[in-house]
Amino acid sequence: MADLRVKIGTLNLKNPVLTASGTFGYGLEFDDFIDVNKLGGIIVKGTTLESREGNAYPRMAETSMGMLNAVGLQNKGIDYFISDIYPKIKHYKTNIIVNVSGSKLEDYVAVAEKLNELTHISAIELNISCPNVKTGGMAFGTSCESAAEVTRAIRKAYKKTLIVKLSPNVTSIAEIAQAVEGEGADAVSLINTLLGMAIDIKTRKPVLSTVTGGLSGPCIKPVALRMVWQVAKAVKIPVIGLGGIMCADDAIEFILAGATAIQIGTANFIDPQVTIKVIDGIDAYLTKNNFKSVSELIGKMEV
Amino acid sequence: MFKKYINDFTVKDNIRLNSDTFLLVLQHPAILPQIIPGQFVEALVEDAPFTFLRRPFSVHDVDLEQNTITLFIKIVGKGTEKLSYLLNGNTLNLVYPLGNSFTIVKRQKVLLVGGGFGIAPLMNLAKVLFHSQCDVHILLGARSSCDILLLDTFKKYGKVYITTDDGSLGIKGFLTQHPAIKDEIKSFERLYVCGPEVMMQSVARLAKKNNVTCEVSLENTMACGIGACLCCVVDTESGHRCVCTDGPVFNINDLKWQI
Repeated sequence: MADLRVKIGTLNLKNPVLTASGTFGYGLEFDDFIDVNKLGGIIVKGTTLESREGNAYPRMAETSMGMLNAVGLQNKGIDYFISDIYPKIKHYKTNIIVNVSGSKLEDYVAVAEKLNELTHISAIELNISCPNVKTGGMAFGTSCESAAEVTRAIRKAYKKTLIVKLSPNVTSIAEIAQAVEGEGADAVSLINTLLGMAIDIKTRKPVLSTVTGGLSGPCIKPVALRMVWQVAKAVKIPVIGLGGIMCADDAIEFILAGATAIQIGTANFIDPQVTIKVIDGIDAYLTKNNFKSVSELIGKMEV
Repeated sequence: MFKKYINDFTVKDNIRLNSDTFLLVLQHPAILPQIIPGQFVEALVEDAPFTFLRRPFSVHDVDLEQNTITLFIKIVGKGTEKLSYLLNGNTLNLVYPLGNSFTIVKRQKVLLVGGGFGIAPLMNLAKVLFHSQCDVHILLGARSSCDILLLDTFKKYGKVYITTDDGSLGIKGFLTQHPAIKDEIKSFERLYVCGPEVMMQSVARLAKKNNVTCEVSLENTMACGIGACLCCVVDTESGHRCVCTDGPVFNINDLKWQI
């Protein structure tokens, strides 16, 4: 077995496989299918200060090799998370990372301060890239100034590892990555979903209640891979790659492009055991190609 | 909560019922876990480039002796079309059993209402209610006689009533126009309904007016089926709830239907 350990900020991951926020619930939903403790970490559903009902149904549209969603950060708020969910998941022997979202700066800070107190939460993934909320979300992540501003505020409020999740719906994702690196982010994760839409030609209406939504799945993988490569060249902090990873081969591509760790998202919906298969597949690839550790593979694409 | 599984089932039979509907009888590799009426599966459609997500199907029937489950499937798109070509011996990967169930009562007079392919979850329900000494009545509605399916099997479990839009079988008109429900609804202690949403809402309206307990099975589009993606929500008295885990069966009093 190869050494699969990687480091993100002060986080020690037993392997580079994380679950993407909003695709893995709180881990509990997958207990029947896999041993969640075997993962490098789980990133739980986007959490906001107040409870959110999310957008109206329909919120999902299947597309060619992917799907659009417009869930809109449905969650019961940070206080409910602390009182009702955290006690059920803190036993996991893996890193639990909370994805934090908000509609204004103070909300992000308030959530981060509350998370400081939770021993078993090892990092925040700052979501400045959700395309499905009217205010905040992606609005913070599409300019260098606002991305820097929110990162600076959270960096001041949060003591542990800070990951910033970037939006692909920008002109230069590398510049945004540099902006948040400059404010003390420990890592960046990318990409969040691409803004897209679908129309029902029978009714001539949009499929999603919000008209537009976030596209995910293997159809976005080439775009995600390109962006991970660009960002990895532009920053010194670790890059966490995600976007359409369905199997170990996909994950290895992201690592070769420069990702220190990867996240599996939409694939969890199709195969609830995919995360374990990817861990095993990365290990098999490393062994077969005589790599002693996964870190030897990071950014090793030869151009 | 039921433990969920993921397994390859073997196709034991693929029975065509009419031009666009078929039954898939699926053999479990070992001992089938308990599956109760109203629960569903998520099936993986392989080698179908335009079918990315799993497809949810109600469990139509369960045979614990043979360790088989039966799915009732209507061809509505490329995914279901692909499944219609499955041959005996092929495999189908399922995540199951998913969702809650209809309330199983004992020794009550009950009416099952199935519109179109809404009969999918009602066969197992009729069977289980029949075995719990219920007086089972079944009202089936469809466009035409060729869409009234599995009549003989339903008749084993209860008294069957029929409506068709064109009058080619049973009473001409909509389900809600059948005397069994229009005039006799108060004689039932409980209604179980599955079908197009408009039809379920008109039955729910009657049930509410007459103060009869009524459960409906919803089929919102979903991705995961296990409560992770939060795509399949329905508006309820307690906010957005997932059809896949809090449903698919809901008491009509919990839904925010404008009826």
